Amino acid sequence: MATLSDKPERLKGIAQIQQPTRIRGRSLTSDAFRRLCRNRAAIIGAAIVIINILIALFAPSIAPTSFDQAALANSNATPPWVTKIFPGMKPREEGGYVKIDNSYLLGADKLGRDLLSRIVYGARISMAVAIVGPLISMIVGFIVGLVAGYKGGRTDNLLMRFVDIMYAFPTMLFIILVMAFFRAGFGQLEPGTLVHALSELDAAMGGLLFIFIGIGLTAWMGAARLVRGQVLSVRENEYVLAARALGAPTTRIILRHILPNITGPLIITETLGIPGYISYEAFLSFIGLGVNPPTPSWGGMIADGALVIQSYPNQALFPALALFLLMFAFNFLGDGLRDAFDPTLQGRE
Amino acid sequence: MAKFIVRRILWMFLVLVVVSVITFALMHAVPGGPFTLEKSLPAATLKQLNAKYNLDAPLHLQYLKYVSDIAIPVVTTGEQSKYLDHEYLFNISLPFGDKATLRWMNFGPSYKTPSRTVNDIFRDNLPVSMQLGAVGLLVTVTVGIPLGIISALRRNTLVDYAAMGAAVLGASVPVIILAPVLQYLLGVELKWLPVSGWGELKQVILPAFALGIADSALVARLTRASLLQVLNQDYIRTARAKGLRERRVVVVHALKNSLIPIVTVLGPMVAYLLTGTFVVETIFGIPGMGRFFVTSVSGRDYQVIMGTVLLFAIFLVVANTIVDIIYLWLDPRIRHE
Repeated sequence: MATLSDKPERLKGIAQIQQPTRIRGRSLTSDAFRRLCRNRAAIIGAAIVIINILIALFAPSIAPTSFDQAALANSNATPPWVTKIFPGMKPREEGGYVKIDNSYLLGADKLGRDLLSRIVYGARISMAVAIVGPLISMIVGFIVGLVAGYKGGRTDNLLMRFVDIMYAFPTMLFIILVMAFFRAGFGQLEPGTLVHALSELDAAMGGLLFIFIGIGLTAWMGAARLVRGQVLSVRENEYVLAARALGAPTTRIILRHILPNITGPLIITETLGIPGYISYEAFLSFIGLGVNPPTPSWGGMIADGALVIQSYPNQALFPALALFLLMFAFNFLGDGLRDAFDPTLQGRE
Repeated sequence: MAKFIVRRILWMFLVLVVVSVITFALMHAVPGGPFTLEKSLPAATLKQLNAKYNLDAPLHLQYLKYVSDIAIPVVTTGEQSKYLDHEYLFNISLPFGDKATLRWMNFGPSYKTPSRTVNDIFRDNLPVSMQLGAVGLLVTVTVGIPLGIISALRRNTLVDYAAMGAAVLGASVPVIILAPVLQYLLGVELKWLPVSGWGELKQVILPAFALGIADSALVARLTRASLLQVLNQDYIRTARAKGLRERRVVVVHALKNSLIPIVTVLGPMVAYLLTGTFVVETIFGIPGMGRFFVTSVSGRDYQVIMGTVLLFAIFLVVANTIVDIIYLWLDPRIRHE
């Protein structure tokens, strides 16, 4: 990635002859960034992601009430405008079944908890998964791929066959088994042990820790394959040979010469993978193996709402809209990143 | 070619063995067993139950017995045993001996519902899931591939942008959203289709679309990308230079080669669509395989866990092997490697 700006002394002479002003080089990254900014869809995506991050960070000040404040008297209460957009929901005053209550902006669930507050707090779970999921997958995949690609030979063969077998494993099933293993097993052990500490930590995180571990165990294979492929192609380059000839230690070669070359593709694939992680968490909460109640998660809210979709469609559709917007945003952003870093692909995929 | 197929089949078996070992180890690592109930059973009863189902044997022996019951075919004579532990999936009458029958694949009884075997579950619920999955797959292919072709041919036009916009939209809607929304719009509000249930043709449409749409978005994007790549190749220019009609160039020359990445993703899709999906089947109240993947784990119903995992893994490795064989047909270069 040698650029003009890296070698100012060599350019100085030319610059002085041809142009009195200084030449400002453009690095590949800043070039890509400019292309990204021109992509309207990607900018909208990035904006939605940033808004979501802000909502997640400042949930306590944004949400009207707390997410677990139940009021059974207001079970399934709905504000008037919601009954207008869903014609099936007739208010009690007009001979229907819906209890009207203006104090809930989007309505309440069957325990009388405010839907809006739960959606706002639910952003925390989705954003946490959207950030930590790719991080774990990148770190594990990076280490495995690097070792396999750099060591080569038998190590490479062994690791890649293991990746192949993990691919053949039904991911959802594996994650269900792992979650059942953690959820059922870790609660029953004596205090003082590592597993007990883990389950305490998980409880403190509202059940997120085990979701992270589950994702980490199942999502690293793609990254590992990608990194290995990149390492294999990069390590044959002359500059790596030159570095080795100069006596650079392996760690330096990896960190200074190989790492910068493979981070781009890795970041792009991981961004494109984020919607997958978000829907993993939503699925797990949907089947009841996700975050612990009463911590709200959009997946869990959709699951609860789907049970009453015929009478209270707002309870499933509003969290669904939130989840959809976030996934849509990450898809746009990922597409934009890929197009920006690899202009030859523009409009191909 | 023969060497290739033999190698693939050996690989298939290796994968199945590893998958079954991991599942077996993992499910026994989860504390509690199938007979751990809210109200605990008397010790003597528990002991007898464990003895009856061979659960008191060392783990490796349990595993070997389980695998040999499935893999090794047996020939029986006389009346069929009435015990559920001797119930086989395939029973083929042999032309000799006293009612001699070749029996194969005994997946064992379910611990939670002792009157049913895992084979019963396969017989009753798998066909439902397979029918639903097949229609879902049809949606995926018939929506995804034409959409991808059209946007590749009309690249960078309004049609292309609309189609690809729709594809990103489709890819952003997880099935746990799509299913309730379809149910609400078409079932509750417009009353065009039944909200849930199974048995009538009308009841297949909504769940099949819920299953197929997200995948069809993926297929559309892939088709477009791969067709565009192929259309840039020299042999396509040659075909056009020969004066072939555009339709012939696309259908005969370009399409076949652009199918390779699509076939690759369709392999795993076939496996998980046909073996049942938990979310769609739960939301639409369909008696398929999907729920057993989840309920068996929470109930520690060991035989059902192993049965469903193996069923999925078998579908997956077979689908992937078929994909590899289709590669050979699609791309002659692979044949010569």
